[in-house]
Amino acid sequence: MSVLVLMRDAGDELSLQALAFARSLGQATGADAEPTAFTIDGPYAPASWGQTVADLVTARSPRAVIAPGTERGNEVMAHAAAILDEPLSANTTAFTPGDPPTVTRVRWGGSLLEQALLRGGTLLITVAPHAVGAAPAGVTPEVVPASHHALALAPTERVGASSGGVTLEEASVVVSGGRGVGSAEGFAVVEELAGLLGGAVGCSRAVTSAGWRPHTDQVGQTGTKVAPEIYIACGISGATQHMAGCKGAKKLLAINSDGEASIFAHADYGVIGDVHAVLPAISAEIRKVRGA
Amino acid sequence: MHVYACVKRVPMTGGRITLTDDQRAISTRHLGFTVSPHEECAVEEAVQIVEREGGSVTVLTLGPSESEEQLRDMMAIGADRALHLLTDGEEWDPQATAAAIVTAIRADAQPPDLILFGNESADAGNYQVAVRVAHALGLPCVTGVKAITIAGGRARCEQEVPGGRDVYDAPLPSVVAVKEGINLPRYPSVPGRLRAKRKPLEASSPERPAARLEMTRLELPPDSGKQVKILGRGPEAAPAVVEVLAELGVL
Ligand SMILES: Cc1cc2nc3c(=O)[nH]c(=O)nc-3n(C[C@@H](O)[C@H](O)[C@H](O)COP(=O)(O)OP(=O)(O)OC[C@H]3O[C@@H](n4cnc5c(N)ncnc54)[C@H](O)[C@@H]3O)c2cc1C
Ligand SMILES: Cc1cc2nc3c(=O)[nH]c(=O)nc-3n(C[C@H](O)[C@H](O)[C@H](O)COP(=O)(O)OP(=O)(O)OC[C@H]3O[C@@H](n4cnc5c(N)ncnc54)[C@H](O)[C@@H]3O)c2cc1C
Repeated sequence: MSVLVLMRDAGDELSLQALAFARSLGQATGADAEPTAFTIDGPYAPASWGQTVADLVTARSPRAVIAPGTERGNEVMAHAAAILDEPLSANTTAFTPGDPPTVTRVRWGGSLLEQALLRGGTLLITVAPHAVGAAPAGVTPEVVPASHHALALAPTERVGASSGGVTLEEASVVVSGGRGVGSAEGFAVVEELAGLLGGAVGCSRAVTSAGWRPHTDQVGQTGTKVAPEIYIACGISGATQHMAGCKGAKKLLAINSDGEASIFAHADYGVIGDVHAVLPAISAEIRKVRGA
Repeated sequence: MHVYACVKRVPMTGGRITLTDDQRAISTRHLGFTVSPHEECAVEEAVQIVEREGGSVTVLTLGPSESEEQLRDMMAIGADRALHLLTDGEEWDPQATAAAIVTAIRADAQPPDLILFGNESADAGNYQVAVRVAHALGLPCVTGVKAITIAGGRARCEQEVPGGRDVYDAPLPSVVAVKEGINLPRYPSVPGRLRAKRKPLEASSPERPAARLEMTRLELPPDSGKQVKILGRGPEAAPAVVEVLAELGVL
């Protein structure tokens, strides 16, 4: 039996991770040696793309369909699963063969893992980003024309392209403030340091809930996920849902007046102190070093 | 406009998650409970739509008897009535959850014009209940939505994508899964809380079908094993911080 892999395109990193996952699933289940990679040709319309996957499943009876756990990957596979009335394991990190097989998948935005039995006729799985290494590029995916679905909606326009500047997702430095910053005006010291380092300003949910910063600045499980060279967390306690958004950072520097705060358990470097004393001192020191 | 909003009771975990001895649940002895921020925003959005368009908001949950707390919380911020699909506390998989929600909506004498979901639940994050409910009811579905405008019997939905927002023009009735940031939910007022106690709550006990995605065990991801290096206390730490920034090449 075959294993199908839905790819965005032949070079897409997360699609190649899904391909690697599919290869090891194929080997573990004794399916055909090489998975069949495919892309869908046609304008994006979630229900139609889901129907495309469902039609492939009906026509070819594969053992499994694997897709990257991106927003679109999850959306398309959710439609396919609904149409086929099959279970879907979203954001999966590992597969163990068996009858039924066991999947390991991400909960709480990555703060917890779950093992679950997957009882599907065809196994529908999306792969959590960066859970497995990517397969080498070089496959030529089959191009499958999009099917039709009566309920399908397609986007009618694209609005609000970002206004330039460093985005949170791409910034190599993120200076992030929490409730400990104290007020909207208090963010001036956070903005100053971010500006000096050419970085972006982030914040915790306590801050967006208080209306001090817009939600577009929020880092975490229900905010943006960031992956800078260094994440500077100022007056943030280190709740699991916040850490879910910044665990991709290479290094973490925590500045907190409470030496017992749980953020220090996730940090590479720490400063114990008041953000309103420490941040201006760091900014002043940067200016001094640069001036020299 | 009759608007549904579906919410799920989850523990409010803090700095670290502790599991029960059998590793089948989060130890909640010292924890409060909440709903996902996405879902709180779904309820707020429903209330705002009804404030403008007229109609009513129904908040629905599938969960143990304790989930009444979350239904009352959501009625305190403006939902008019609640449907409680009672479970014995066992986890329901996304297919079973969607099927129970579909049965409840079909049984409602007043069919909804709009059914709102959170984009993904806070705990399981299955990314599929909304889509399954839409297909079962034969309705269109938009997910990842950060803005909704109702006009002329249609819902203009803006879906967040890298580099902007894709606009979907959905005919009503439709299913829409929203994300935090679509609005800033209000805090419940004291009179709001008092009113919520008297608002109608209907309970039923659906039968749980066999799970097809069956959680068997939870585990904590491997510890990062990080050992924090304290660079100092107060402003005196600044030179050490700048040295680290220089080492990392971000200065
Ligand atoms: C732009 C965009 C954004 C998306 N975002 C992402 C993303 O960031 N990452 C990704 O991997 N996929 C994403 N998706 C996939 C997403 O489309 C999902 O398929 C869809 O939102 C449904 O998820 P779900 O609600 O079923 O998830 P679930 O986690 O199963 O639950 C979601 C919702 O269902 C309701 N619900 C669940 N349990 C109960 C209960 N017991 N009682 C009452 N209600 C309940 C709640 O409203 C809850 O918020 C996105 C898609 C697109 C195109
Ligand atoms: C389902 C769900 C999803 C969530 N999603 C997110 C999310 O996406 N992002 C997010 O951030 N949160 C999220 N949360 C909320 C999260 O649980 C925490 O409530 C939140 O992260 C706390 O923000 P905080 O650290 O700024 O505030 P607090 O926890 O109040 O911490 C403030 C910290 O500041 C320190 N402090 C105080 N004064 C000073 C000072 N002058 N100088 C230095 N330090 C000081 C204190 O010691 C403390 O450690 C979510 C919660 C749930 C339940």
